[in-house]
Amino acid sequence: MAMTSFAVEEHDERDRGGPQQPLLTVTDLKKHFAIRGGILGRVTAQVRAVDGVSFVVRKGETLGIVGESGCGKSTVARLLMRLIVPDAGEQIFDGEAVGERGGISVAEMRRQVQMVFQDSASSLNPRMPVQNSIAFGPIAFGTPRAEAIGMARELLVKVGLNPALFGGRYPHELSGGQKQRINIARALALKPRMIILDEAVSALDKSVEAQVLNLLQALKRDLNLTYIFISHDLGVVRWISDRVLVMYLGEVVEIGPADELYNAPKHPYTSALLASRPALDPDNRREEAPVSGDPPNPINPPSGCRFHTRCPHVEAVCSAKAPMLGHGDHGAHLAACHMQDPTSGHSQAVRH
Amino acid sequence: MTPLVEVENLSVNFVTRESDVRAVNGVSFTMMPGEVMCMLGESGSGKSVTMRALMRLLPPKRSVITGSIRIAGQDVLAMNDATLRRMRGNSVSMIFQEPMTAFDPVVSVGDQIAEVVALHRGVSHRAGRQRALDLFDLVRIPSAQRRLDAYPHELSGGLRQRAMIALALSCEPKLLLADEPTTALDATVQIQVLILLRRLQQEMGMSVIFVTHDLGVAAEIADRVAVMYAGRVVETGPVRDLLRNPQHPYTAGLLASTVHDQPRDQDLKTIPGAPPDMRRLPPGCSFAPRCPLAGADCDAGMPPPVSPAPGRIVRCLRVSAPQVEFA
Repeated sequence: MAMTSFAVEEHDERDRGGPQQPLLTVTDLKKHFAIRGGILGRVTAQVRAVDGVSFVVRKGETLGIVGESGCGKSTVARLLMRLIVPDAGEQIFDGEAVGERGGISVAEMRRQVQMVFQDSASSLNPRMPVQNSIAFGPIAFGTPRAEAIGMARELLVKVGLNPALFGGRYPHELSGGQKQRINIARALALKPRMIILDEAVSALDKSVEAQVLNLLQALKRDLNLTYIFISHDLGVVRWISDRVLVMYLGEVVEIGPADELYNAPKHPYTSALLASRPALDPDNRREEAPVSGDPPNPINPPSGCRFHTRCPHVEAVCSAKAPMLGHGDHGAHLAACHMQDPTSGHSQAVRH
Repeated sequence: MTPLVEVENLSVNFVTRESDVRAVNGVSFTMMPGEVMCMLGESGSGKSVTMRALMRLLPPKRSVITGSIRIAGQDVLAMNDATLRRMRGNSVSMIFQEPMTAFDPVVSVGDQIAEVVALHRGVSHRAGRQRALDLFDLVRIPSAQRRLDAYPHELSGGLRQRAMIALALSCEPKLLLADEPTTALDATVQIQVLILLRRLQQEMGMSVIFVTHDLGVAAEIADRVAVMYAGRVVETGPVRDLLRNPQHPYTAGLLASTVHDQPRDQDLKTIPGAPPDMRRLPPGCSFAPRCPLAGADCDAGMPPPVSPAPGRIVRCLRVSAPQVEFA
């Protein structure tokens, strides 16, 4: 089979810096959505969807992003793709600033970073055979049509679908799992270096979800990919991620290596999230919910630490002052909580 | 003790001009008063359709229901409209995945509950409001008095589902049908609602049929689990036995492919293929095309129910156990 064009290369010639240079560095990313009201359409409130998010993604790793609805995880994904324009923040892709003079253009970045969405049906053109959907990107970037279709059929093989059987089909003729395989193939068509997966397996049935997760892992190994994997499913994120970032109301509350973060969470919100998972053991049912209430409205987030309204360890300092995530090297386990800061004045703060 | 719910050989066909969709194919189960049963299955397995058949909520012209459904001794399929109206919301009530679409968006939640209580109990609207207030306290809605006047869109997802539960419980039903009530909720809110439902079920002694696709949710709330596949119950049993020692290959595959703390360097176990097209079901066991244990005999007909242990019923030819005798 003619798979040479997708073969693994020991050294990726697209690498600008060395393997140590992060593929993506995001600093202080912000997006506030204005809510307009009244006859004059004045701005009456701001939704702080993403409020100062910073992280790095290293080459070849999978960074998981978890959080509840409205925490800003999908907005982060859309900001990274520039599907929406950030209000502030710096995005550096392999050493080059995105969309800035002397850096990499947004169009070029989008060729190297692709995205897969949750709703497999609405992200495909219903009037286009799926192999044409897959070839659409390469054609738009100048690949001759016949060559692009040939490549699309190779990609169908890669994602486990027989091109003779599925290539000419329309999206409505496929199951949810098959459609998501098509979306993954389309994301691969431009030979990207990074794929952002926004709840990409959440809509699938459990037995199909496992198939697609295995496929994603195999593709990552074969094609030298880096993933940002966004999900509300903590089990899935743990399995696929090297490092995990936890968001709450537009902010990063904790980041760290997956096993470390799951075994010894540092932020009370992460602990609550982990303890909220059903036990899978009828003899060890949860007797008490770890936290009460719903996540607050991101329009007027609580002062100080945004989790203080639901936190079991809340003290005066928590509403007065916002905790910082702090700095560390790229693999560090950090949490934005006053209990992690010996100088914060919180009575349960760690001591050095 | 007499069973509260007796479903026998229930089938539901959706008839359209082009095709016949066999959504439910011969489902039988019984439930004792005070029991919590989880219907576990993937999308399209027929679990929600079974629920709707119990309430006769399916469109009458396009659906053909056969078999028998008895709830509290009454034949549901024989009920006329007036009897149905008395049953719905009174002795049997239902909560849905998305409370936003189940509530009337232009009436306050307090008035909607009061209306139901006034209708079924024959009391005044004012007494109905008082009952609504008590119910809001019961489901632990903070500042209950103020929230009675809220419209559905003014409540958060978790509070809206609590209000929905209050509405469903307003006439102290004997049977609560819960169709994925926590699926749309956030993780930290889902566990709160599960614990609440479990507490209310114990306090009020009602029976609950809880539809879910999530094994973890079933483990949290069920006494008994019925696993559905392609419109059939393939396995039932007490929740502990079924989760620890699944007998049907589909149940075993579902448990193995659910992601929970598996080693990260190994591939997940999967069930190959996808669920069958409900318009063209396989002739015998509908799981046979995906089953690692399938043979030619599996295509001969739907495997008869066998009972490998007390309280457990499995429909699989590879499980050696005495066949279940129906009276």
